[in-house]
Amino acid sequence: MPLHYETTDDTAQVHIDGELTIYTAAELAAQWLPHLGATPRMALDLSQITEMDGAGLQLLLMVQREASRAGTQLSLTGQSKAVTETLALCNLVA
Amino acid sequence: MSINLDQAQQTFIVEAREQLQAMEESLLQLETDPGDDDAIGAIFRAAHTIKGSAGLFGLEPIVSFTHIVEDVLDRLRNGSVEVDAGLIAVLLKSSDHMLELINVAANQGGTLPPPALQREVELCQILQEYQAPSPAAAPTPAPETNPSEPGETRLWHISLRFGQDVFRNGMDPLSFLRYLQTLGEIVDIATLTDALPAAEAWDAESCYLGFDIAFRSAASHGAINEVFDFVREDCEIDIVAIDDAAAPQGNTGLVTTSPEPPEENTALVATGELLGDQRKTPRMPAQIATDKQPVTSDSKGKDGTYVRVNADKLDELINLVGELVIASAGASLLARTCHNDPLQEATSSVSGLVEEILDGALRLRMIPIGETFNRFRRVVRDVSQELGKDIDLIISGAETELDKTVVEKIGDPLMHLLRNAMDHGIETAEARLAAGKPAKGHLHLNAYHDSGSIVLEIADDGAGLNRDRILEKAQERGLVPQGASPTDQEIYNLIFEPGFSTAQAVTNLSGRGVGMDVVKRNITLLRGTVDLDSQTGKGTVVRIRLPLTLAIINGFLVGIGQSTYVIPLDMVQECIELSEDDGLASREQGYLDLRGEVLPLVYLRDHFNHEGPPARRQNVVVVRYAELKAGLVVDDLLGEFQTVIKPLGKLFGALRGISGSTILGSGAVALILDVPALLTQIAQAENRFNPTQLQQANAR
Repeated sequence: MPLHYETTDDTAQVHIDGELTIYTAAELAAQWLPHLGATPRMALDLSQITEMDGAGLQLLLMVQREASRAGTQLSLTGQSKAVTETLALCNLVA
Repeated sequence: MSINLDQAQQTFIVEAREQLQAMEESLLQLETDPGDDDAIGAIFRAAHTIKGSAGLFGLEPIVSFTHIVEDVLDRLRNGSVEVDAGLIAVLLKSSDHMLELINVAANQGGTLPPPALQREVELCQILQEYQAPSPAAAPTPAPETNPSEPGETRLWHISLRFGQDVFRNGMDPLSFLRYLQTLGEIVDIATLTDALPAAEAWDAESCYLGFDIAFRSAASHGAINEVFDFVREDCEIDIVAIDDAAAPQGNTGLVTTSPEPPEENTALVATGELLGDQRKTPRMPAQIATDKQPVTSDSKGKDGTYVRVNADKLDELINLVGELVIASAGASLLARTCHNDPLQEATSSVSGLVEEILDGALRLRMIPIGETFNRFRRVVRDVSQELGKDIDLIISGAETELDKTVVEKIGDPLMHLLRNAMDHGIETAEARLAAGKPAKGHLHLNAYHDSGSIVLEIADDGAGLNRDRILEKAQERGLVPQGASPTDQEIYNLIFEPGFSTAQAVTNLSGRGVGMDVVKRNITLLRGTVDLDSQTGKGTVVRIRLPLTLAIINGFLVGIGQSTYVIPLDMVQECIELSEDDGLASREQGYLDLRGEVLPLVYLRDHFNHEGPPARRQNVVVVRYAELKAGLVVDDLLGEFQTVIKPLGKLFGALRGISGSTILGSGAVALILDVPALLTQIAQAENRFNPTQLQQANAR
């Protein structure tokens, strides 16, 4: 299971393991998006992501947009080198 | 990056190898003519294309190494580095290294072996000397000596709107950005998400991304545009130059090493590379339009005229055409027996067409030998440097065509012969001068068609073979019986005998014989022959004779009793009638007086042990192969016939004198005569015969 989701108090902890790419994007999206709006806050741990591509980036952007629409405040607790590099490439340093 | 591009990557690998081949050829061309701008352009294009495609596949090692090479080439192109022997040498080594990198990429997941990595480091160091402004070049203006900015940089605005299918087509928008970074600096980038639909309509596997990029680079519009070649169909691309401050002249001068008329670009569009809404043409003053990389138009134009076809499909087609030939021959035969004129006419026009199809199909497999020859330029260059000899390779007849399989298989034997000629045939410069010859040795590779076969000649102007020593050696080894007096030709050809292959003594005395039997065996496998001619002090010529194709031959049908045999038509010289009187006389002598020439006769009836009395009237088919000539005595001459060679089964592998079989229109099987084998058999029989005759004579 690449996506770990647990709730502590009013914060949802989301932790993604492995690839954040076209191969996993659809599955992750299906698990992830429904949770948005369920809690006031969501903490993202991206430190275990090994690989990230455009589809992964798009998923993050989508989560970001949907989260603000649903009223969930996102926070980033960790990011791996792959994530940092990709975000820097697209000038999206969070 | 794990995007699945296996198929495309295979294509890339094949193309990259071709590019490297072209690069090597151009480098060698440049070595002989250092002022050749076309060659420089071609080398640059090859490196550039490899780097570009490698970048798309995320083959980082190739990109980073090629980038350095490209930098040096760029400096070469704009004249800030001069062509010299050292540069050519390092570039050749670099191209070897690139090939290795590509091979590593081909064996997916492999890594470079440590020695190769070591070499890469060394190469980079040498390349850097050319890359960095050398002290001598210091007076040149600063912007030109800076390798990363060979021309004036300008700011571009690149707007990308990726199509929904980009991910599904196995591409990653981010890889294009990464690749773009190799061309210049991304000053600013905005990731656009406004195309992202509402969550319900959103599909994680569709791409809705867009980027607006401010990009600073010295690259031309064409070069930047090229980055997006792979995604062009799925993406809206708009590349606009923002500041016109940079003088367009500087830019054009840099890129248009081989100026081409703008029409070229129109031709490119017509090949279907572009759709109307994709604005390849920059919104720029007209003169910039001409600076769009001549590169792509060149290679694309070439691609357009070729179709890659799997060789198996081609073989299948040729096999079918072969069957068609047989079937149509059968139909003609039937038509003739019907005595129906319109039917005969119809079948004859069908036969004509079938013949044309056959020719066309066979021509599909024909490729010029030149490509193989050109590969040897590099070999000759390297080996001659290694040996410290000055050797020039002269190539002629490069356009001579022959069957692809033959071309592929002849490479190694040719290479062997060339190395031999350079190593042992051509003397050192001192020895040459002492012998009154020019210090520079010459090696001549030639190809031409001759009586249905192709002849490849390797000639050197070296010391030639030492006839007496070879003969001595051969007698010692029992290859030539004592007392026999073989001709010079026969003696020279002895070096192809297995016994001579590794003998050190031979290498010392004549300088030949290393693995020559292997060469001969390989050539024999291709149904070819090899012979050698030499003149002491003048040089040696090795002649390889190969059949044009392996599949179909034009045959001449002859009959003996009820059986039919096929003689390859190319070898038939003439047919003569053997009258009963002549027949008796020549039967005893075993030869015929052909206009004052001695023509040895082979009685096929006896040779193949046919029973029954010979026909009253017999015919002689005069066949020639290479320098051998003989008359085959047969009963009937049945005319020409195009036949498909069916190889004989393993069971008949040891059969000599028969090279295959074919099926006649009537359904009967005819055996194809292996004329070269028959002729050598005769020649050998004579050799055996001669010594005994001599001994008998001596005894008396």
